[in-house]
Amino acid sequence: MKATLTILLENEAGALSRVAGLFSARGYNIESLCVAPTEDPTMSRMTLVTSGGEQVIEQIVKQLNKLIDVVKLQELTDGLHVERELMLVKVITDESLRGELLRLAQIFRGNIVDVASDCYTIEITGSSDKLTAFLEALPQGSILEVARSGEVGLARGSRSLKL
Amino acid sequence: MELNGAEILVQSLKQENVDIVFGYPGGAVLNIYDAIYAQNYVNHILVRHEQAASHAADGYARTSGKPGVVLVTSGPGLTNAVTGIATAFMDSIPMVVFSGQVATQFIGNDAFQEVDSVGITRPCVKHNFLVKDVKDLAETIKRAFHIATTGRPGPVLIDLPKDVTVATTEFKYPQKVDIRSYNPTIKGHSGQIKRALKMIKQSKRPIVYSGGGAVIDNASKELREFVSKLNLPITQTLMGLGAFPASGEQFVGMLGMHGTYESNMAMHDSDLIIAIGARFDDRITGKLDKFAPYAKVVHIDIDPSSIAKNIPVDIPIVGSVTDVLTEFLGLMAKNDYSPNPTDLENWWNQINQWRAVDSLAYKKDDSIIKPQYVIEMLHKVTEGKAIVTSDVGQHQMWAAQYYHFDQPRQWINSGGLGTMGFGLPAAMGAKLASPESDVACITGEGSIQMMLQELSTMLQYQTPVKVVNLNNRYLGMVRQWQEFFFENRYSMSYMDALPDFVKLAESYGHVGMQIEKPADVEGALIEAFKMKDRTVFMDFLTDQKENVFPMIASGAAHNEMLLAGRDEMKSTHDDGMSLV
Repeated sequence: MKATLTILLENEAGALSRVAGLFSARGYNIESLCVAPTEDPTMSRMTLVTSGGEQVIEQIVKQLNKLIDVVKLQELTDGLHVERELMLVKVITDESLRGELLRLAQIFRGNIVDVASDCYTIEITGSSDKLTAFLEALPQGSILEVARSGEVGLARGSRSLKL
Repeated sequence: MELNGAEILVQSLKQENVDIVFGYPGGAVLNIYDAIYAQNYVNHILVRHEQAASHAADGYARTSGKPGVVLVTSGPGLTNAVTGIATAFMDSIPMVVFSGQVATQFIGNDAFQEVDSVGITRPCVKHNFLVKDVKDLAETIKRAFHIATTGRPGPVLIDLPKDVTVATTEFKYPQKVDIRSYNPTIKGHSGQIKRALKMIKQSKRPIVYSGGGAVIDNASKELREFVSKLNLPITQTLMGLGAFPASGEQFVGMLGMHGTYESNMAMHDSDLIIAIGARFDDRITGKLDKFAPYAKVVHIDIDPSSIAKNIPVDIPIVGSVTDVLTEFLGLMAKNDYSPNPTDLENWWNQINQWRAVDSLAYKKDDSIIKPQYVIEMLHKVTEGKAIVTSDVGQHQMWAAQYYHFDQPRQWINSGGLGTMGFGLPAAMGAKLASPESDVACITGEGSIQMMLQELSTMLQYQTPVKVVNLNNRYLGMVRQWQEFFFENRYSMSYMDALPDFVKLAESYGHVGMQIEKPADVEGALIEAFKMKDRTVFMDFLTDQKENVFPMIASGAAHNEMLLAGRDEMKSTHDDGMSLV
């Protein structure tokens, strides 16, 4: 079972390593992790994607809540929510491929953010599945490198992680 | 008033009513030691090794219920203390550790005696801090004591760079503390509490299983009342002993790997387990899929992550043990929640049959000292009133089985981490916390040699302790497992070249005795405890081949226990070999 957790964290040195250390010490998976400050500079927001059985996810939530630096936490996958990930893909192009890459990028609502004589860098956002689908749609052997941000997410409606 | 960081630390300790600190000086903490020199409120105990500082502070905390305080220098000072910090962490002991650190401008520079103390201790503290600005120091200390002593207690470390101890600021100790992300649940959910009592009323074979949480939360009075009012059988974990008296008629003994026959059988056959401040640790449950197959579970714990961690729970109650039991008692005063009397009587009859098996019986001997006998005599001579610390191994189990603790905070041992070397410094801490009490340290020749140097500290500070060394010339528990599970291949479990403990004790300025005959055991103990102001090291030469029984071999179920002299010790199940 995949679970997406969104966490308000004290914006303090070491807070991130407490979370990361907890996962490694207790043998939990981290599939992706994304963290940045919020509108309140004293807090960071972390979106963490993990996986495991129901009991494991329950333990992860409890163990995270036990960390003094964790201010608030919500399991997004418990309810309706939106998730987005940003990806940059650098692809090799030649004359014959450029048109197809452009069309593909349009289909996936991506933008070409950098152009060189032999490559494009395409920016694309969406659910992780969509990004993966895009990578699979690219012509074989065309990917030079990929950078993905990991998911961020918010609950739908007014449900929020306000203090 | 402007004070420097070192003075702020000492003044803050005073504000927290800390009058004793266990520590060891070094470069990074010299300013702090200078501030200690300049005052006479905080007493400092100079240990001989930093591990002993954290164990002694731990023993002090377990005895007094107050947080233990440790002060060590940077680098090796801190790394030496880590074993004691981890020990306290596993057993939820309130402790505040101050470690020196290199000056802020050198942090990360591989400076002399630098180590990432916050990083090293992160997995074994409740929380830790690196103070980089002297202005934050008083507030941080306030927070540290608050975190260490509330909720599920634990050690908190404050790392103090040397320049912070020199820098000055206005000192004002905060009166209140508010941590937005930390607010432990104390009061249990009233709906859950009612449901739990209804479940007790409906149960046919209930058992109370209480642990260290009942001791830590000082819930002994409430626990005794709850159990005796409903006349429920109660078993206690190694950490919980004494919260309910061993002499109480409802007590069926300790449970788990070396628990009594009646307690483990009762757990196995019960239809309702009422877990109180216990955490279903692997030494209790054995193989999880064979554990208590018929039981529903009510689990009271202040730490939500302890609930449903290892086994599914039917009624979780997050809250302080004392608070929840008080709620129980309040409701019980209005309504009758006793189980059906016939069912309960049948259950007690069954339990009494198991009791009749007398699983703690052992073969007495006239020529060789049985370790169990020493503990029984210790109980007799001290009238069951001593504070008893132990190290880790066979002697620890015998102490737990045969000393029959009647009071909480009387039994002090490293249950979770199982730290050899804990007993002697913990005994010193216990004696300092309770100078009027007799303190005994039950140990073995393996464990005692890990912290032997503290005999010197004990002379310096006049903390008389009676050391009961059960010397079988083997690392007994290791030897026992090798006998049972490794076809008597005693790999590295024999200790040759032991010191003459009598001369050793004498050279440290204490009294040494060696006891070889069973007939001399009681007399030696009486003589030792008469010397109120002396530390006496009693070296009992005990049966080398004695094993701890009963035993649930790993991988086996609670109803597959092995009894002394009655069961052939079978090799453990194959899957048990990897289960420790």
